Amino acid sequence: MPFSLDKAADCYDVIVIGSGLGGLTTAKRLSYCGHKVLLLEFHHQLGGLATWFKRKGHIFDVSLHGFPYGMVKTCKKYWTKEITQSIVQLKNIVFDNPQFSLKTSFDRLDFTALLNQKFRIPQTTIDRFFATVAGMNFYDDQTMTTRELFEEFFPGRSDVHRLLMEPITYANGSTLDDPAITYGIVFSNFMNKGVFTFEGGTDKLIGLMTEDLERNGVTICTNAKVDRIIVEKGKVRGVEVGGRTITAPAVVSNSGITNTIQDLAGRDAFSTDFLAKADAIRVNNSSCQVYIGLKPEAAIEDKGDLLFTSTAPIFDSSELLDLHTRSKTFSIYYPKTRPGHDRHTIVASMNSRFDDWSTLTPEAYDTEKQALIERTLVDLNRYFPDIEEKIDWLEAATPKTFNRYTLHTRGTSFGTKFEGLAVSRSIFKEVGGLFHVGSVGIIMSGWLGAINYGVIIANDVDGYVRSL
Amino acid sequence: MTRDEIKDLILEIIKDIDEDADFDTLQSDLPLRDQLDLDSMDFLDIVMELRKRHKLQIPEADYPQLASLTSCVNYLEPLLKNI
Repeated sequence: MPFSLDKAADCYDVIVIGSGLGGLTTAKRLSYCGHKVLLLEFHHQLGGLATWFKRKGHIFDVSLHGFPYGMVKTCKKYWTKEITQSIVQLKNIVFDNPQFSLKTSFDRLDFTALLNQKFRIPQTTIDRFFATVAGMNFYDDQTMTTRELFEEFFPGRSDVHRLLMEPITYANGSTLDDPAITYGIVFSNFMNKGVFTFEGGTDKLIGLMTEDLERNGVTICTNAKVDRIIVEKGKVRGVEVGGRTITAPAVVSNSGITNTIQDLAGRDAFSTDFLAKADAIRVNNSSCQVYIGLKPEAAIEDKGDLLFTSTAPIFDSSELLDLHTRSKTFSIYYPKTRPGHDRHTIVASMNSRFDDWSTLTPEAYDTEKQALIERTLVDLNRYFPDIEEKIDWLEAATPKTFNRYTLHTRGTSFGTKFEGLAVSRSIFKEVGGLFHVGSVGIIMSGWLGAINYGVIIANDVDGYVRSL
Repeated sequence: MTRDEIKDLILEIIKDIDEDADFDTLQSDLPLRDQLDLDSMDFLDIVMELRKRHKLQIPEADYPQLASLTSCVNYLEPLLKNI
């Protein structure tokens, strides 16, 4: 069990601020390397956006949805066997929009067949497209956009663009105008073997990770909000938290990169050149969600695990972000999600802009939130008629909700755009001992991206601490 | 360390990363990545493990030197000569 702050010592090798999947993984790797690690989380629960909450017997998963098969290898190497063994495939991914309706296992084999037979794309084009995206690296040229990539291979085919782009927009908040590599890398990860989830839910995963950290000797404190990262003479000295000073030669912030620079370390700690790069970072969009719990006795037909739905005539990145978007994903959690916990929950997710919600008056905010729930129910009724009679819990979250729980700048649920990656990776060259881990650059986001980035940063930290 | 010991060390680390790795047909001069199921994260693991076991600091710019078994041995031989 995590402690309160008074149990923490005065001095550590490394302090990790924030317990998102990136922060948790960095803490795990550094303790494995033999460092004395303190993990501080402002919330009472660990996990960051990999979170859940309980209402009326339901457990709602906020960001479980689905991740690529790469999680198996990653969890096997950096976490535990028990975590790895709980990863299971989601076989039924559904698309339903005015251009097409189909069900797929969302892997290369099935997508190749769909593109060839349903969308009539020549086999050679499909093969060339897959080879192109599979060959993409994060350090490649970024001048080509995803829109240009699609136009090159599937000119004028807005239906194909939608099939390829819509799920990735929900997975990492990227748009047609972002660098093609941010699309290609994430899409290829999914196409490897399909979409996977964590059986037992987010609470089980975070519980297992917490146990593993404790076994490795990491001190974990919750309800511990760091006020400031102390920087002296260009180097990190520790943190101020709950009226205490705790020292360490290295501090890893799993707070947002913008929060880390502006709020935690403070602008004074950085050079003008570095601040210019930091100020140019665009945070990604936020999300809206509607959480729907079904009565204990209610059963619904299996209509698929992830439903990418839209009534908009064509795919348009800005339509997906609109306050009144007609596009949303339904993550359907059948009882199989949590064996033994015999309930159905449905989470509707939409991408959303913070400013659209933060500028509303309190009355208008409540009205819009209610309208969001109503629209979601209308859409859900198309797949599950009479669903309203089966519901016993309804609740919505907006970008303001995401901001409140994660403290992320403008409630971003997908970190930053591409330029955030270079700033995040180089921050320790600017302030000795200061590191950042978290969703940056679109690629290092999602559950798999966050965990892998945690490993990459742990390597930087270990190298730094051992060189002192 | 001798060249053979360094080779064994690398193979041992890879075995820890992927217990199913098959070394029977492994050719020393060809890229490890093409012959085993290794990705860029695995190479990072090798770097971290070398630092943990032998206090070796391998700068990121030198990661390409770890591409094949032979290049690994060539690169690490002077660094591990006193161990």
